[in-house]
Amino acid sequence: MSETPSKPVDSPADPAPPAIEVDHLECGYDGTVVLKDVSFRVRQGEMFFIIGGSGCGKSTLLRHLVGLNRPGAGSVRFFGLPFSDADLGTRRAQLKNFGMLFQGGALWSSLSLRENVALPLEEHTGLSRRDRDEIATLKLAQVGLAGFEDHYPSEISGGMKKRAALARALALDPAIVFFDEPSAGLDPVTSRRLDELIRGIRDTFGTTMVVVSHELASILSLADRVIMLDRAEKGIIAEGDPRAMAAAKGGDPRIKEFLQPATEAYTVRP
Amino acid sequence: MPGEAQSIPAAASVRTEGGALEVAVSGAWRLTGTCPSWNDAVAGLAPAAVRFRSEGIGKWDTSLLIFAFDAQQWCEAAGVPCDPSGLPAKAVTLLAQLGSSHPSSLPHERSDSFLFTTGVAAWKAWGSLREIFHFIGECALGAAGMVRRSKKFRWRDCIDQMQECGAMGLPIVSLISFLVGLTLAYQAAVELRKFGADIFVADVVGLSTVREMGPMMTAVILAGRTGAAFAATLGNMKANEEIDALETLGIPAVDFLVLPRLLALGLMMPLLVLYANCVGILGGMVVAAGILQIPPSAYWIETQGSIGLADINTGLVKAVTFGLLIGLAGCLRGLQAERSAVGVGRAATSAVVTSILLIILADSVYAVVFHILGV
Repeated sequence: MSETPSKPVDSPADPAPPAIEVDHLECGYDGTVVLKDVSFRVRQGEMFFIIGGSGCGKSTLLRHLVGLNRPGAGSVRFFGLPFSDADLGTRRAQLKNFGMLFQGGALWSSLSLRENVALPLEEHTGLSRRDRDEIATLKLAQVGLAGFEDHYPSEISGGMKKRAALARALALDPAIVFFDEPSAGLDPVTSRRLDELIRGIRDTFGTTMVVVSHELASILSLADRVIMLDRAEKGIIAEGDPRAMAAAKGGDPRIKEFLQPATEAYTVRP
Repeated sequence: MPGEAQSIPAAASVRTEGGALEVAVSGAWRLTGTCPSWNDAVAGLAPAAVRFRSEGIGKWDTSLLIFAFDAQQWCEAAGVPCDPSGLPAKAVTLLAQLGSSHPSSLPHERSDSFLFTTGVAAWKAWGSLREIFHFIGECALGAAGMVRRSKKFRWRDCIDQMQECGAMGLPIVSLISFLVGLTLAYQAAVELRKFGADIFVADVVGLSTVREMGPMMTAVILAGRTGAAFAATLGNMKANEEIDALETLGIPAVDFLVLPRLLALGLMMPLLVLYANCVGILGGMVVAAGILQIPPSAYWIETQGSIGLADINTGLVKAVTFGLLIGLAGCLRGLQAERSAVGVGRAATSAVVTSILLIILADSVYAVVFHILGV
């Protein structure tokens, strides 16, 4: 977990548009504004983390990014194309380029793991059933679930569900994968293996990764860049390399406190 | 000795010293045990100050804090100083926390005026109506899309649902339909016998079953059985983010989850109603044979003469409508469910209530329409 993350695929001089452009986004639900005036860019191939304490709006922001909630104001663009302002048909067409790993996995309980992974292929490609099943088997093997293809979600552990959900998220070889608290509820070893899996996929395919997390170990080992949200400010309070932010002298105490290693945080001071 | 203090019950002894009240707390203070109350301890006394001692105290919990807090409140009201420093140090800290949190923990007024509540309810009802029409429109568009690309239709799910709401529902439909036919025949027999018109029991049972009771009772059974199941399944899927997972993959939940269920119910309801009609007529036949001594063959011939194809068709038209309404209500309530166990339960209840309401509403409309058409 101590190695430095590899560089994102593009460089600052890369003329390609950012994978994600968020401008003055207002997020909320049921009339409550959770975040306002949120703006940031995510470069192609970047491992981008959205961090912050519980209840600061990380998952809410993610739901707005992928179109599960409509923003009150502002816009989201993917690869230069409008998304949040686009009509439903255009949004659904763009969604084929994304994968999403939900906090609880969100596998379809009535389908086997193979069927779960094959469903996006069935819906969005003209592949034969045999090809779909082969791809599903391959994706499940990539996440270490070879031999579990015909199991149902209720028959596997929480960590395996997360991995199966990751295989499903990767089924269409998406350009962007969103992760909502991938380590939540996992033991440290399983969590670390999942982190390694995520890194491996990014390094192999150059996939842009957007990860919501408050797991310090994952943030410091995986993230190229983070934005930190704050509940009171209802917006971004910091943006940058998390290791530099953690090492910086002075600065916002909220950021320092959040990025303080657990061992240090629990040290009894005289 | 601390060990001894654990077995001694909680006590608070008071003594007055120079106008100040010294309260000595001792023994084991447990919320689950018997603890002294401050009002009893201070009864009949009017001290100029209150202070605590706790040398003889054993284990203590929140009960000690409540005692000390009551003392503080009493002192504040009486305008006398209170010194809790003689209590265990951790209890003093917690007491300070309790004191600071107390003003903010007062319950706030949650009741609203009648006008406000009525306005909110009306607004919600309007929103709910809009959601129903929006959902119907979404289903219609989804169905039109599916006609164009029928290969994408989830036929396997549809067949599973057909088995679930059709074949699996046969036992309960049989029982209820038989009993309804039986009851109708009994009721009719009592009156018709007075006029020597026993044989017309077959007409009453046949017509009322085929035109009204068959479709209606089958629909009510399916509303409770299948509509609630649809709402619970979809509600649970929503709580587990399975529906969000579909949406993020660009797969409309309506196409994937709702249309197979609607089609299954739309196809199975007429078949179930035909079956229910037969069983209902059989129920009437049993009463006719057993009570009125009408031979089954005579009963059957009378039934055939009284029921026309138009009567059967009206029942089937109702059956298809009721089936679609149950499916729509069940799926809509499931998709609207809150993301919690309570939300899923509410969705199932709401699906049954909405289904039955819509069934009766549609039945009334059909009664008028069929009357106008002369069917």
